[in-house]
Amino acid sequence: MVLRWTGRSAAFATAIAAALVVLAVGPFVFAPGVTDRLTALFVYVILGAMWNALAGYGGLVSVGQQAFFGLGAFAAIRLSHAGVPVYPSLAVAALLVGLLALPLGEVMLRLRGGEFAIGMWVVAELAHLLVNLDPLINGETGTSLIALNAVTAPARRADTYWSALGGMVVLLGAMFLMLRGRVGASVQAIRDDEQAAASVGVRVLATKRVVFVLAALGCALAGALWLASAITFQPRAYFSVQWTAYMIFMTLVGGLGTFEGPVLGAVLFFVVETVFGAYGVWYLVGLGAAALLFALFVPAGLWGNAERRYALRMLPVGYHVALPASRQPGGG
Amino acid sequence: MPDQDVLLTASGIGKRFNALAVLSDVDFAVHDREAIGIVGPNGAGKTTLLNVLSGALAADAGRIVFRGDDVSRLDAAERCRRGIARSHQIPRPFAGMTVFENLLVGARTGAGEHGEAAYRRCIESLELCGMLPLANRRAETLGLLDRKRLELARALATDPVLLLLDEIGGGLTDAEAAELVGIIRVIYGRGIAVVWIEHIVHVLVQVVGRMVCMDAGRVIADGTPDAVLQDAAVIDAYLGSAHAHPDS
Ligand SMILES: Nc1ncnc2c1ncn2[C@@H]1O[C@H](COP(=O)(O)OP(=O)(O)O)[C@@H](O)[C@H]1O
Ligand SMILES: [Mg+2]
Repeated sequence: MVLRWTGRSAAFATAIAAALVVLAVGPFVFAPGVTDRLTALFVYVILGAMWNALAGYGGLVSVGQQAFFGLGAFAAIRLSHAGVPVYPSLAVAALLVGLLALPLGEVMLRLRGGEFAIGMWVVAELAHLLVNLDPLINGETGTSLIALNAVTAPARRADTYWSALGGMVVLLGAMFLMLRGRVGASVQAIRDDEQAAASVGVRVLATKRVVFVLAALGCALAGALWLASAITFQPRAYFSVQWTAYMIFMTLVGGLGTFEGPVLGAVLFFVVETVFGAYGVWYLVGLGAAALLFALFVPAGLWGNAERRYALRMLPVGYHVALPASRQPGGG
Repeated sequence: MPDQDVLLTASGIGKRFNALAVLSDVDFAVHDREAIGIVGPNGAGKTTLLNVLSGALAADAGRIVFRGDDVSRLDAAERCRRGIARSHQIPRPFAGMTVFENLLVGARTGAGEHGEAAYRRCIESLELCGMLPLANRRAETLGLLDRKRLELARALATDPVLLLLDEIGGGLTDAEAAELVGIIRVIYGRGIAVVWIEHIVHVLVQVVGRMVCMDAGRVIADGTPDAVLQDAAVIDAYLGSAHAHPDS
């Protein structure tokens, strides 16, 4: 009587699986430049999805997610320096930052709205300063993931690509399972109306904690992956607020509070960057203007808009009640 | 009534918004399987009292005991899990979710049910409230009357012991009001205590066995509907003005 999969969502899931199979063999097929760019795209998808998890579902607007991006990269540097093999160190770095987010969330989640947003920015600035205190980093001069020098460029390119693809699949998969499960209904209820959610028994703070930690862990993994592809670590580049600006752009353009929206937003961002990235400052101004226009005129984002207009639900995170024909609206 | 029949006691409740005292020293008790109507002019503090009982607002003074436990310091989610459910005077649907999903949140968290049991509770609740045909509609597409009905259905899906209703009957036709009375009677018949704030007194008296009238943050009358409606203070504070503006 209650269905989760529709024919359309099954077809959509099949298409995603097919696309992933094609992407998985990428490094054998694509030109090196394409492989590198796609690695960047996977990182963008992670970033967009994580900011959306936080703001779109948790109602937590943060302008300091670069804190976790930078800490993820820094933790990977430290772990690798301590002798942990490079690629495992990326995942371990993300988990460590996720652990750090537990106590941090206890403090930050007590703040409301604008206080939380600005508070997170302060956290990012603090994290930046603290990382600069580490002698290994050489201040703003930075350092690099030296261990990767031992690997040949093609092998490094392919391994980083697969790590990014795998990281993206695992994080989006985790988010999908979360939304589909018990926490998911609560998270979506909080997204729509926090007070009403509490009135039907949703533990708002506990649910936000889950989202906060997931977003921290995801952004940290993105930072560590970015390090593996860039190799150099200059604190200023990683702790830059521009990362959060990108996340906001992807989420607003794609559709805040929809699962698919930020993925679409990341692909659009990737295309725009590829075409206009060389224009420097004007490119950034254009991005900002586009995000603003979307917020004003397409507040639901591209995907959110399509979802409303055509009652689209590609991923089966919802529920459909199969009603007897006589009970259908207008059916008598 | 003997004490073991008491479901909820609120004593000495005070609530201020800055300089404005909205509730002053309110005592209010609900017994098992009781249906109580709350009336009073706009701004009397009825909604605020309901917010304080459900935990949406913390009281500044007083104590709330529910089924023998002091719940004064528990938040709204915890009180709901213990059996206090409420509807909102201005509906607060989960706009981006379907009607069925709106209820499912409450069945899972408020009632603590899983899988098929949660589905069954939602469908049963929708059916009782006459909303099953709307199960797959996104809540944001509903009109005001259906949103109010959704408030009732969603509160019911949390499996309450005490149901607090805030003006769910406004704007109904006579036939719709009669249907609503039927629904509340079924709920009450299941042993769920009901506290119902409503301006339409002739609808209210078809369900409730006790009536409370509030004015300016105080309880000014509490007793059988007949006694309360004939009380001089009630006529003065409420019924006089209600007759002058029947829809306010
Ligand atoms: N959140 C709030 N902030 C400030 N004043 C409020 C708030 N909620 C209610 N009030 C005020 O408290 C008084 C009682 O309101 P309310 O409880 O909604 O009355 P009723 O439901 O009986 O019409 C009104 O004067 C109202 O303006
Ligand atoms: Mg009111």
